[in-house]
Amino acid sequence: MDHRPQAWGRPRDDVYGAYDASFMNPNGPNQATQSPIVTGTSVVAIKFSEGVVIAADNLASYGSLARFTDVKRLRTFADSTVIGFGGDVSDMQYLDRHLTSLAIDESYSAPSLDSDAGGPPKARLNAANLHKYLAKLLYARRSKFDPLWNHLLVAGLDDDDKPFLAAADLLGTTFSAPSLATGFGSMLAQPIMRRFAPDEEAAARLTREQAVDVVKQCMKVLFYRDARSLDSYSIAVVTKDGVDLKENEKLENQSWAFAERIRGYGTQTA
Amino acid sequence: MTSIGTGYDLSNSIFSPDGRNFQVEYAVKAVENGGTSIGIRCKDGVVLAVEKVIASKLWRPGANKRIATIDRHLGAVYSGMIPDGRHFVDRARDEARAWRDTWKSPIPTADLASRMGGYLQAYTLYSSVRPFGITAIVAGFDPSQPSPVDGEVGRGPSVGPGGVKEGLTHGGPGLYMIEPSGLYWGYYGAATGKGRQAAKAELEKLDLAGEGISLEQGVKEAARIIYVAHDDNKDKEFELEMSWISDVDGPTKGRHEEVPRAVREEAERLAKKALDDDDEEEGKKDDEKMEE
Repeated sequence: MDHRPQAWGRPRDDVYGAYDASFMNPNGPNQATQSPIVTGTSVVAIKFSEGVVIAADNLASYGSLARFTDVKRLRTFADSTVIGFGGDVSDMQYLDRHLTSLAIDESYSAPSLDSDAGGPPKARLNAANLHKYLAKLLYARRSKFDPLWNHLLVAGLDDDDKPFLAAADLLGTTFSAPSLATGFGSMLAQPIMRRFAPDEEAAARLTREQAVDVVKQCMKVLFYRDARSLDSYSIAVVTKDGVDLKENEKLENQSWAFAERIRGYGTQTA
Repeated sequence: MTSIGTGYDLSNSIFSPDGRNFQVEYAVKAVENGGTSIGIRCKDGVVLAVEKVIASKLWRPGANKRIATIDRHLGAVYSGMIPDGRHFVDRARDEARAWRDTWKSPIPTADLASRMGGYLQAYTLYSSVRPFGITAIVAGFDPSQPSPVDGEVGRGPSVGPGGVKEGLTHGGPGLYMIEPSGLYWGYYGAATGKGRQAAKAELEKLDLAGEGISLEQGVKEAARIIYVAHDDNKDKEFELEMSWISDVDGPTKGRHEEVPRAVREEAERLAKKALDDDDEEEGKKDDEKMEE
């Protein structure tokens, strides 16, 4: 009888043949995430005069299966920043927990409410700082060949309380523009938003209502043309006054008339 | 203390023949010299307050905070040796974080009190350590609504099995006081430090166990009680520091926060007024006695 620990609980070699114990071999390469599993699709965001509008639908896909239809991919941090997550949902949860513990650490030394400056204390975890932190984290992870499979948009205010919008992806690449979109949105939504905000000056002239309308229009186009999307979505407006987050919006005034002209939609007649 | 000098008070972890651990009792003495700390458990929240004795005129007003945040929904204040209290707070933060790492949700106030009670008690068992020279008051608000798990992305089915039951409430305010021995109890109102006798007498006058008082009322009472407890010690200057925790639908949105300046100053104004009125009344009574 084989009493070595490797053989504990295993079928007997003399009865079942040699057991393949190769998985217990500590040598060989570590396997990191090779591809995302449960994924969220596009996030879109645009700056306007006093802040940023950001939106993402509530779907988490498992491959092409619409697996979870109640997944909130916009996260609020420090009551002043919204992060929109595209890509792997479990990595998003990891980042969410990580940022939550960061925010708790920050609250230990919360600036005094009666500080001489008067008014509410300035958030040190503002959008600009969070974006820099997340980009460094993503870069560190890709440098370990174990990336966090996300493409994030960070919306909020910078150190001067000006609207801030920037992206960071799984390679640690950062990018900033008056309007941003991840995933399919970078192809389908970005051109629409650029019509309204081609540059910073144009974005600074947009009103809150205009920006919300543009983003809603983008969400509709994305639902029409992205097969991994959903008609229920979350939208947030970040301004100096805080975050106005709505998590169960429905696309309105859908019209699928355009589909009739496209081969491949519905029952084929010719 | 007739047993002093018998040698049983020289080491922790050694009982005296009549069953006492003198090191722990001496630690309690250290607490009794510290600035008064109190906690009030109200209907819709908890208030912590401390009398911060100004040891130096070179301290910047409002700096050197004495009340610490343990987790979003938890705060602590202590009387006694401040460095010991700082270490207590560090440990409590570690416990709260470890709980979140394991359970992905905030630590209930009762569990934090239990963990910290166990921690302090371990410092009464060994001759190589001394007990903590503090009595700590831990306050928290466990959310009354089912709170999302950290990093949760959906709420599960909206109907049928696994759906959320409407109208159920849980949690609520919690207040615990932990002594150097590791002993802890839950309280409606807790007081420790130099002015604890006066503070306890005032706390007992409030109807905390029955109908309860509102959080706003609690803030005013806390300020008044710290002023009353300080009254016997008038020559020393002090600063009042207060923090509060309400439910998610209250003023602090379920978080442990410093009481805003305007609210605190109003409470202090009322506290000073109440003290002056009391003095006047006593003065009148004395006059009446003189006339008799």
